[in-house]
Amino acid sequence: MDYRNTLTTCTYCGCGCNFFLESLDGKLTGTIPCKTSPVNEGKLCIKGWNVHQFVQSERRLKQPLLRKNGELTEVSWEEALAFTASKLKEIKEANGSDAIGFFASAKVTNEENYLMQKFARAAIGTNNVDHCARL
Amino acid sequence: MAGLAAAFGSGAMTNAVSELELSDTIFIIGSNTATSHPLVATRIFRAIENGGKVIVADPRKNQIADFAELYIQHNLGTDVALLNGMMRVILDKNLQDDTFIAENTEAFQAFKDALDDFSVEEASQITGVSVADIETLATLYAEAGSASIVYCMGITQHTTGVDNVKSLANLAMLTGNIGKLGSGVNPLRGQNNVQGACDMGALPNVYTGYQPVTLGPANKKFAQAWGVDELPSNIGLTLPEMLSGIEKDEVKALWIMGENPVVSDPDANHVVKALEKVELLIVQDIFLTPTAKLADVVLPGTSFAEKDGTFANTERRVTRVRKAVDPVGDSKPDWEIIQDISNRFGFEMTYTSPQEIFDEIASLTPSYAGISYDRLEGPGLQWPCPTKEHPGTPFLHKDGKFTRGKGLFHAIGHKPPNEVVDDEYPFWMTTGRVYAHYHTGTMTRNSESLDFEVREGFLEMNPADAKTLDVCDGSQVKMASRRGEILTKIMITERVSPGLVFMPFHFEEANVNKLTNPAFDPIAKIPEFKVCAVKLEKA
Repeated sequence: MDYRNTLTTCTYCGCGCNFFLESLDGKLTGTIPCKTSPVNEGKLCIKGWNVHQFVQSERRLKQPLLRKNGELTEVSWEEALAFTASKLKEIKEANGSDAIGFFASAKVTNEENYLMQKFARAAIGTNNVDHCARL
Repeated sequence: MAGLAAAFGSGAMTNAVSELELSDTIFIIGSNTATSHPLVATRIFRAIENGGKVIVADPRKNQIADFAELYIQHNLGTDVALLNGMMRVILDKNLQDDTFIAENTEAFQAFKDALDDFSVEEASQITGVSVADIETLATLYAEAGSASIVYCMGITQHTTGVDNVKSLANLAMLTGNIGKLGSGVNPLRGQNNVQGACDMGALPNVYTGYQPVTLGPANKKFAQAWGVDELPSNIGLTLPEMLSGIEKDEVKALWIMGENPVVSDPDANHVVKALEKVELLIVQDIFLTPTAKLADVVLPGTSFAEKDGTFANTERRVTRVRKAVDPVGDSKPDWEIIQDISNRFGFEMTYTSPQEIFDEIASLTPSYAGISYDRLEGPGLQWPCPTKEHPGTPFLHKDGKFTRGKGLFHAIGHKPPNEVVDDEYPFWMTTGRVYAHYHTGTMTRNSESLDFEVREGFLEMNPADAKTLDVCDGSQVKMASRRGEILTKIMITERVSPGLVFMPFHFEEANVNKLTNPAFDPIAKIPEFKVCAVKLEKA
């Protein structure tokens, strides 16, 4: 039996509450608020208390999908990545860097946002990077 | 954020959330705090327990208004008029902080002159709030020892969003309520990492830490660090501009990571048309959202529980995100997906962990320079944190020393919303959130307990309007704006005044954003989600 508590930060609103995610044999089973967090001091809202529930939902995407004959079809990572990179290259060559746009995200980590804007600016050569700060 | 940056030099929350407990008066405007930021609301409740007063102004009577010393229900889209009315009262009663104004601010005279021909009576007429209430509101705020302003999207999601924010900055500077413990101007950030995404340069005009992309030392520094000869120095397109760029055949490819614009953006029908048209649509997400369904390629990312990293919360606090379980199926952390595509594209990335990426961020970003994973083992650090020894910065603009030097007053007049009611579309409509759901519902509606709390969308309507339309609680109505129509159930409540309806935007099957107005603020480019005109009929 592998029981763990992992201290982390909530993915919902901008409060940034800290809690432990409880897992048993690789399955998330609960959320325990962190008492020493200066943000939430051992409290959570209804969304926070239930935050572990969506993570391993049956409806999660588990495989890359590629549109073939109009339908989104499960493919390997290799096929999905190769398609994406080659199409980006093709469009950059045909239409220029500014024909490509990026929606980064207020939901992913700092590191991931950093990497996306780095890719947009350094690899593609465009400043067309934004996210839903305005929404 | 543009409004605060113009006034103070920095666009973030000026205080730590915990400081709200120490405020004598908290003025909440355009924030449904108890629902949208419950753990900020906790601090506000504690402030009340400590003897502090809460004053709330909102066109919809939200939960926190029930705890207010004074609640003001002003007309939709009249925030500037209300704030100018308050400032008129403060000047008339000589409640302003002359020393603070003289020592720490500039352009006060121009601001004051502009207010000269604006009376409290005019403010009352525009806002629908009595002169007496405006006077009480102003006095409660101005006479507090330490007063804090808390605002959210109810202020910013207007075509006058920047004007609204600048007016709040004016109010704080006029009374010297800024740069002190428990006293400042505090925009609550809606999403868990919207502060971080901005800090990381996920914006068309800046790199990390708000360093400008235009030609200059930052542009050179990043080009060198990233090993390229040059970086683009033109300001890029914003999110709505990219969508209209697709229509104009200027944007051919769009890579969307962890966003769901089909549900979250105004005028949804229009968004769908653009996403259907674009030559290449890459969507990276954890669920097959309505946006992902339109993609050419869908890349399965991982949730926050399946990867390492950091978030920055609304009070600029950087904290750790830690992997608790392995990713489901074949999904991959988003940073790995970007790196894999970059390498295949021909731009080499060789990061072995998020920590390595973070160290690169710190090396290029002065406000993050002192932050590292080993320093984040405790409660996190609030930027600016410029050195390894720096303890972080709980509140900004200490002792009136603004980031931009002096605080800048702006002369602002009232402007009506982009769309106003008329004979054909006689109801004002506004949007927001409910307690059990989050944004487009991608996560919360896949959570059994939360889905059970609120299963479907609904429209809040005043009893008087329900009577006129001959509908009762739970009746179906057809609601239409100039942009689209939806069917929805109604909930009869006095939270909204007659002539105003409210609907949450979490529900794709009754997507209120088919109706909202995409007209945006000229500076911040934030759409006017909070105001549009609709017509209603019994379905």
